[in-house]
Amino acid sequence: MLDILILMVSFALALSLFRFLRGPTLTDRVVAFDVMSIVATALLVILSVYFGRSIYLDVALVFGLIGFLGTVVFGRFIEKAV
Amino acid sequence: MLHFIGTVLAFAGAASLIVSAIGIVRMPDIFSRMHAGTKASTLGILLIIAAAVCFQPAWSLKLLLLALFVLMTNPLSSSALALASYKMGVPHAGGEMDDLERDGLYREPHPLSPGDVQEGEEAIPTKEES
Repeated sequence: MLDILILMVSFALALSLFRFLRGPTLTDRVVAFDVMSIVATALLVILSVYFGRSIYLDVALVFGLIGFLGTVVFGRFIEKAV
Repeated sequence: MLHFIGTVLAFAGAASLIVSAIGIVRMPDIFSRMHAGTKASTLGILLIIAAAVCFQPAWSLKLLLLALFVLMTNPLSSSALALASYKMGVPHAGGEMDDLERDGLYREPHPLSPGDVQEGEEAIPTKEES
């Protein structure tokens, strides 16, 4: 059952990766990156249940933090155009 | 019983994530892409975290921390991105009204404004596609 879940979430990851590669403007890519980081966090939660290790939840937390920081920094960078 | 509830929640969350990814691919405009991408994916990851609580009740504290973190950071990042893309002057798909422009609060021209899109790409997918 969890295999099908991993496949579904990986499909969502691949779709947003398509927008990340194709997106015409810069902010399209950053939005796609934001969605990709959220989907990857969900994938890490599913993997922690799949392997039965709670240490992967720490990885998910840190990954969410890094993705959030990257998105906000890119947003500020675009806004101020440093 | 708890296992069954967890299964239903996990599949609903994965379906919501797929819907958000399809919205990212199919929507014509940056703001509608953001609308599809951020809200549906927030719902999806919250449902998946609830499913993980149903599967492993001993990890509730860490999962609750992760859910609170996601609830705090997702609206912040999407708000920063929306403000940045509005100030950048990303072209719209049409059919909307700009209140700031109507009230005379129009923005300054932005240095990173996408005046010239790369060749082979259209700034907005045209309406004949769909």
